[in-house]
Amino acid sequence: MPTTYLEAIREGLWEEMERDPGVFLLGEDIGVYGGAFKVTAGFYEHFGEKRVVDTPISEAAIVGAAIGASLMGLRPVAEMQFADFITCAFDQIVNFAAKCRYRWGAAVPIVVRAPSGGGVHGGPFHSQNPEMWFVRTPGLKVVAPATAYDAKGLMKAAIRDNDPVIFFEHKGLYRRIKENLPEGDYAVPIGKARIAREGRDLSIVTYGAMVWTALEAAERLAEEGASVEVVDLRTLLPLDRETICASVRKTSKVLLLHEDTRTGGMAGELAASITESVFEDLDGPIVRVTAPDTPVPYSPPLEEAFLPNAAKVIEKARWLWKY
Amino acid sequence: MSTTTEARPGERREQAELARKCFYYMALMREVEDRIERKLYRQGKIVGGVYVGRGQEAISVGSALVAEEGDVLCPSHRDMGAFLIRGVPAWRILAQYMGRVDGLTRGRDGNMHMGDLKLNIIAIISALAATVPVAAGAALALRYQGKKNVALSYFGEGSTSLGHWHEGLNFASVQKLPVVFLCNNNQYAYSTPAEAQMACANVADRGPAYNMPAEIVDGNDALAVYEATRRAAAHARGGNGPYLLECKTFRMTGHSAHDAAHYVPQHLWDEWGKQDPIERLEARMLAEEWSAAEEIEAERARVRREVDEAVERAERSPLPDASTLLEGVYENQ
Repeated sequence: MPTTYLEAIREGLWEEMERDPGVFLLGEDIGVYGGAFKVTAGFYEHFGEKRVVDTPISEAAIVGAAIGASLMGLRPVAEMQFADFITCAFDQIVNFAAKCRYRWGAAVPIVVRAPSGGGVHGGPFHSQNPEMWFVRTPGLKVVAPATAYDAKGLMKAAIRDNDPVIFFEHKGLYRRIKENLPEGDYAVPIGKARIAREGRDLSIVTYGAMVWTALEAAERLAEEGASVEVVDLRTLLPLDRETICASVRKTSKVLLLHEDTRTGGMAGELAASITESVFEDLDGPIVRVTAPDTPVPYSPPLEEAFLPNAAKVIEKARWLWKY
Repeated sequence: MSTTTEARPGERREQAELARKCFYYMALMREVEDRIERKLYRQGKIVGGVYVGRGQEAISVGSALVAEEGDVLCPSHRDMGAFLIRGVPAWRILAQYMGRVDGLTRGRDGNMHMGDLKLNIIAIISALAATVPVAAGAALALRYQGKKNVALSYFGEGSTSLGHWHEGLNFASVQKLPVVFLCNNNQYAYSTPAEAQMACANVADRGPAYNMPAEIVDGNDALAVYEATRRAAAHARGGNGPYLLECKTFRMTGHSAHDAAHYVPQHLWDEWGKQDPIERLEARMLAEEWSAAEEIEAERARVRREVDEAVERAERSPLPDASTLLEGVYENQ
């Protein structure tokens, strides 16, 4: 029975709650209602109100309380109903949680779940990809799984991690992708990228839902004779620079892809890092495919124009391949 | 009748002992902070921000003496007394201020931005209201773990203008968490007077909006703060939810050491100068015959000696090596 991305997150949460009585959930509408996306449906009935805490609409209190509870030895998983609302808890995350260990040696083992991403006609406040606000905050870890396997394995790793982890789960993947998961317990290490597809001619480095876009583009380019490698970052902070650079050394050409907007996006950091480390191996300019620097629009033609897709990737990749 | 007269000497002894403890910790806090603000800072040995609690020592001291071993303290930047009572030695506080390796943050942060989980003290961040929901979360954990403990959440009246403060109080009240919210209303947040901070007359007026019991306390009377905190903590410990105490006081200093506070009208300095919490307690101790004048003087001398030694020891603590810069951002780094 294949498991969807959403079910994989559920399984990760459920199994960790069964394993460790200190793991508990808090967030808006997650208990009795089961969560806006039903990720936690059935948890309240099974684990009870002590471990599945329905909160007021109060992101700062949700994350703040998670921090306080984690300092006392618990392992809270806080849900932001939409990643877009994480701004309300910004100070708690970047100034409180991220800096405790460095300042006074205190571990803050919290997970903040952030359902992110567009393509769901959510408009400017239910579609964003705010990962870079956190990627540039030392002390946090940031993950963005693309597959059901990684969603479950990274959830387990995030809950077991002794540092604060922001867990970006792409809403567009929730029910769209599925795969057979292994029986039994497993975790996916934080900080390790994976090669989603092997190739020789060109690397596409990406993460989250765009991994599927990259794979679609690679498949179509293969028909034209191009051998495209796809690197799925999985973790955005800390970055697995070795895997990225190894892929670039192999293919000598790299296209950076993300659904987030362009300026200050992950592609900029990746490009700098690649230039610093493997400049001599490059046989062409580093190319970016990203959303433009606009808010995420609502109306379908605008949103479609905003989001990167396989056609946009193919066009740029073909140009780079032939460069 | 005979039982009453027999009980009285015991109560009296307890009161006298509590007063002496309050006096010692307030005098120690004052002396450490005087050295920090008026000596080490001016000598250039403290390079960063200095925020002292002169005039409001009764609040952290009177309240922290109520805390039991498993209770969690979230002291704010003018609450040094809470650290001293919890067992953080003065020399380590001084080392913290001077950016030395023996400060609680080993040079990573300054002044009272420090904590120690072994002592159940959570460190503040500069956006002071942020600690309020964190304290609520600590209280949630205490209840979750089946402990009969409370969290003490400290802040000033300025913090009560922030959303995080309101979210923290609301969450704690909805969840009926064991938190005592302790406001030191020292009437100025940097240069902003309380009436420009909030339209209500008292921070305590905000309690009813959260269905939370709220009291106004004489914040310059350590024994009154102690009694009020005891009531509030008993309420929270009993599973009745959070409690708000507003301790009225006055900041007998600028916002920080660089601030001469010209915006404070002279009559406020004069009036509140007569309400000094240490002098008031001393007068009470003499009037109640809890201590003799020479005992109090001896105590002051002991505090000065202790702080002399603490300064010396802190100055012997080395500055951190620059090679440690990258350490400790993550667990395995």
